[in-house]
Amino acid sequence: MSSRLIDYTLHLADTTLILSQRNSEWCGHGPILEQDIAITNISLDLLGQSRNFYQYAASLIGGDATEDSLAYLRKEREFKNLLLVEQANGDWGQTILRQYLYSQFQYLLFEKLQQCNDEQLIAMAAKSIKETAYHVRWSSEWVIRLGDGTEESHSRMLKAIDELWRYTGEMFMPAGYETIVEVSSLKNEWLQKVTNIFAEATLPVPEKVFMQAGGKEGKHTEQLGFILTELQYMQRAYPGAQW
Amino acid sequence: MTVQDFEQLFQQKIDNETKIEPKDWMPDAYRKTNIRQISQHAHSEIVGMLPEGNWISRAPSLKRKAILIAKVQDEAGHGLYLYSAAETLGMSREEMINDLNSGKAKYSSIFNYPTLTWADMGAVGWLVDGAAILNQVMLCRTSYGPYARAMVRICKEESFHQRQGFETLLVLSRGTDEQKAMCQDAINRWWWPSLMMFGPRDSESTNSDQSMKWKIKRKTNDELRQQFVDMAVEQVKVLGMKLPDEKLTWNEERKHYDFGEIDWNEFWNVVKGNGPCNKQRLEARRKAHEEGQWVREAAMAYAEKRRSKQKAA
Repeated sequence: MSSRLIDYTLHLADTTLILSQRNSEWCGHGPILEQDIAITNISLDLLGQSRNFYQYAASLIGGDATEDSLAYLRKEREFKNLLLVEQANGDWGQTILRQYLYSQFQYLLFEKLQQCNDEQLIAMAAKSIKETAYHVRWSSEWVIRLGDGTEESHSRMLKAIDELWRYTGEMFMPAGYETIVEVSSLKNEWLQKVTNIFAEATLPVPEKVFMQAGGKEGKHTEQLGFILTELQYMQRAYPGAQW
Repeated sequence: MTVQDFEQLFQQKIDNETKIEPKDWMPDAYRKTNIRQISQHAHSEIVGMLPEGNWISRAPSLKRKAILIAKVQDEAGHGLYLYSAAETLGMSREEMINDLNSGKAKYSSIFNYPTLTWADMGAVGWLVDGAAILNQVMLCRTSYGPYARAMVRICKEESFHQRQGFETLLVLSRGTDEQKAMCQDAINRWWWPSLMMFGPRDSESTNSDQSMKWKIKRKTNDELRQQFVDMAVEQVKVLGMKLPDEKLTWNEERKHYDFGEIDWNEFWNVVKGNGPCNKQRLEARRKAHEEGQWVREAAMAYAEKRRSKQKAA
């Protein structure tokens, strides 16, 4: 079986898992109950998506690979998630922006993925895109609300953009294994949609920012090691146990 | 009609099992007791997210993680129902939350215990949710309509979680020696606090008599506690584990299990704020509220801008 397909599926699985893990940190700590529920809900959707991708990857790899062995026993240099999704939650504005920038991309990606020639990926993209549409709607509304809210919320959004924008370029730089969807072709439409939302939010779209990359190839920021330490603790401490 | 007439009419309704609805006349004390109880119940759902939320990032498999997230999310939803039910009595959710954050309002003392291992997720599901369900099933017949209806909805979801909690322990009980020990340890730590969830002994319970008469409560603390013990003793056998009580024995005469004395000293200490996690739990809630202030303000400001734009258009 093609190792490119495996790597690509793992890239999708890792990205959704790590973003789910980050969002779930909000559970019980959100700014208001309704939004606590919403961010946790998105976390759960993303976790469901990552499980689908891991299960598919495990079936491609064969042997004793499972969704759990892939999520819990691979190391930080093997993880292929986007750098964007491993960034810290920061404040609510930063979490919202991270979600919006990724969801807007994911929506376009999964639209294309539904046209690829792998039936499994098509089916998973078809299921996930319904959830993603909800995530885009929710997060874009919050970007607008915070951008065009108070002076404080506006300036916090500027800071969030400053923090996260440099990780957006990676979404459109294909990794060696990333041949199923031509991600570079999604960039213009993504930028157009983001520009529209930012305009409504009275936020500037940054120009000429140097883009960080490497996540897809297992070269992460220093944050991932800590995420995995926590995520994988139980499986590492009790190897081989069933839960 | 005089106040006495109103009171008599009210009690007749109660006696006839007619639900009391928000616009009906009710004694002040009935209103206050319900506000206190329903809002405490809502707070318990919210604070209760913390001990379990504590393990989301470390759940040992993706399936368990998904179950746990779904569960904690449901709890937030239960909190919302309950705040709505309490609001029908004329207190705003904001006021209630302020009372929680200031320490004026209470929440279930069980959530002041720490979740130290993964097995605690199972024990909380089985014992804590199990105790909550007995209480809530009773409250499905409580006399205040909005509360009773909230309970019907909540019970359906809650019993699902309880089965999942039990199943979590069942897997551990059939696992490695380390997992079995983890399972037993969690049961040991959660058993007595779960019994305390039913509140003080009937003889010490200040609100009990009036609450029974108004059918806010349908069973006493001790009745519910006994029912819980009888149930748990049978269930723990399936796990092949032990309940940490030497005095637990079948009483043929009563047709119930006798059990040992609860450490009431510990109970009152936790209620008064001196449990292992009282301080952390309240601080986590306060922090979320304070750090969320700018978000809520922004949402309000934006809504206001939109309103004036729509007016102008």
